[in-house]
Amino acid sequence: MEQDKILLKILRDHRENNRNLIHLLEKIQDAYGYIPEDTVYWFSGKLDIPASKFYGIITFYPKFRLNPTGKNTITVCCGAACHIKGADKILEKIRETLSLKDEEDTTSNLLFTVQQATCIGACSIAPVVILNDQVHGNTDSDKVVKLLKGFEKEDEFIGYI
Amino acid sequence: MTDPTIEIKVCLGTSGKASGGEDVLRAFKKFIQESGIEARVGSRCSYKTVGCRGFCSKDVLVDVIVNDQKTTYQSVKPIMVEKIVTDHILNGNPVPQWTATEDYDSFHDKQYKIVLGPCGEISPDSLDDYLKINGYKAARKAVTKMLPDDVISVVINSGLRGRGGSGFLTGKKWELCRKQPENPHYIICNVGEVNRALAEGNPHAIIEGLLIGGYAIGAEKGYLYIRERYHISVERLRTAIIQAKEKGFLGTNIFGSDFSFDIEFSFGTEAFICGEETALMESIEGKRAMPRPRPPFPAIKGLWGKPTVINNAETFSNIPMIVGKGAEWFSSIGTEKSKGTKVFTLTGKVKNNGLVEIPMGMSLRDIVYGIGGGIEGGKELKAVQVGGPSGGLIPMSMINMGLDYESLSKVGSIVGSGGMVVFDEEDCIVSVARFFLEFLQRESCGKCTPCRVGTKRMLELLTKITEGKGEETDLARLDRLSAIMSVSSLCGLGRTAPNPFITSFNHFKSEYLAHIRDRKCPAGVCKALITFSIIEELCKGCGLCKRKCPTKAITGEVKKPHILDADSCIKCGACYKACKFKAIKKV
Repeated sequence: MEQDKILLKILRDHRENNRNLIHLLEKIQDAYGYIPEDTVYWFSGKLDIPASKFYGIITFYPKFRLNPTGKNTITVCCGAACHIKGADKILEKIRETLSLKDEEDTTSNLLFTVQQATCIGACSIAPVVILNDQVHGNTDSDKVVKLLKGFEKEDEFIGYI
Repeated sequence: MTDPTIEIKVCLGTSGKASGGEDVLRAFKKFIQESGIEARVGSRCSYKTVGCRGFCSKDVLVDVIVNDQKTTYQSVKPIMVEKIVTDHILNGNPVPQWTATEDYDSFHDKQYKIVLGPCGEISPDSLDDYLKINGYKAARKAVTKMLPDDVISVVINSGLRGRGGSGFLTGKKWELCRKQPENPHYIICNVGEVNRALAEGNPHAIIEGLLIGGYAIGAEKGYLYIRERYHISVERLRTAIIQAKEKGFLGTNIFGSDFSFDIEFSFGTEAFICGEETALMESIEGKRAMPRPRPPFPAIKGLWGKPTVINNAETFSNIPMIVGKGAEWFSSIGTEKSKGTKVFTLTGKVKNNGLVEIPMGMSLRDIVYGIGGGIEGGKELKAVQVGGPSGGLIPMSMINMGLDYESLSKVGSIVGSGGMVVFDEEDCIVSVARFFLEFLQRESCGKCTPCRVGTKRMLELLTKITEGKGEETDLARLDRLSAIMSVSSLCGLGRTAPNPFITSFNHFKSEYLAHIRDRKCPAGVCKALITFSIIEELCKGCGLCKRKCPTKAITGEVKKPHILDADSCIKCGACYKACKFKAIKKV
């Protein structure tokens, strides 16, 4: 019931303002944190657009997700500047600390999602890690682990490294 | 004696914020308020948050201006605030140990700042600040006193070329679009990652440039294409648009003329391909961002099939200055065919990281050693990657070359996005090329075969070499793939994707051969080709490496030489980094 309300609101906005599919998917992701597959079929039916069109866009843009995100998102910038300053080692360390397996990007308790970003344009303070929209520059594996450990107590991010 | 006027400027760009700029500003306000100083200086003390001034490695940067006397402090932490206020503001003695050093001066002195000039000086959230530096005067002049064709000829005569991709003459692009009979016309500003500082430091210049462009090509609607993730940029541009609307600089009957213009955001997604102009338009239209074949060019058939001009934020930021100061002024800067300045993100193993703006034609040496202050830790420069991931590697031997569109294209590189990554002797060229290919392979949209398959195969071959399984025939294969991709790919991404390989192979052939023939990585980076061992004579048995080793591969008693077990070593290099006696050998 609650879900229908959200979806109907998005549908109304979509029709009234003549929006495009990227915008529609952004709205769904804003509401749920990811794109639940049943919503794709729901909209596909209402708008008479094949689901494949939706999936075409979802899988093209890295920002769209088909799985739930964790409460906190930690993004490691993997652009060139961050790379040569050891971004891959930081990423590896984070995944190891959170015990993420091969393809997983979210911890099973839904506390963390780990993402990679292409250059975020803050190269002068590389390597950069972004935690829930807060940019941390000049990081290293130790600093990031310390940050993650702090979470275990607080559950949500509260301050700088 | 009259009371002094005091102004405190705190850098709050992305990097300033990341380094705790907001805390520093809060500390200043709090201390001045609580200590009762406010009563003495309060009414004459103003705070200003400014955008990035480029020298991000020394953030947080704070200017304390007493009676127009400016002192810049670097790496400011909240704990330092009390001393700065007491010594400097109250007693008139700046704190010498915290003021900006020579690096700060040499970093700025060699630059030529046109678009970055106001960044870090004016408050990006204040329209008044922008008006004080003659903001919107050029737009007023263009709209009220010039015909669109006159504006276009000024831009053509200035010699301004697109600061994003291929370096096409901006005025020519505008002229072609203006001539199209089909209506409406659209104008788009792409705010990419390098343009962030411009949006954060001086958003009104972008808006003004877009406005002038809109007038020139006959567009009534402009789009700002920007990633939603760039929160600070988006917010500041949004504020700027609202302020401009309030003053009547945007909307209907601008400056009392019959010209109307409005700006809308279009939020881009995290995809490298969206820097390609036709892919960007597909993305605005709500589709997969896949480039369109050209011709027709966007100036003829662009967004929604209508004539469209796309330029990036740096190009637009130049426009108000060109229209205001004239084409001759602008074309007096730079080289014969590349006019004006270019912003580069100087980063990597260079001492002074940051955003720099240089006149076209400045030598790479002046940038890396003059502005950048040389290589970190006194190491040797190996190469500089210019132009972003699909740019080319320029070796140390060519460091005296000047940077402009022509000379860069001659050495197989591009101006591109203006990325500039410095590599030192500890970086392996093969794995650097592999890294860029990995990025480009991931970002290839998959529409055309040469790029989709080519990047994948090139990545596989380069991976094979870094893993120590390379054969000499692989080099011929890479060469052939490069040749095919650079001529037959649909868009610039595919055509320039082989650049990192082509240029690195041209200049560092011996390093490739060492990986293949000798199964050695001369820089000691490729894990499969290096081994770590402990030099018995040098090991003091301090046990530090043992504690740092994540796989317990090091054993030994205190004060006796330790032993490293090669089988359980994962070659992470933690021991090598930790050892204070240089007792760990890497071959």
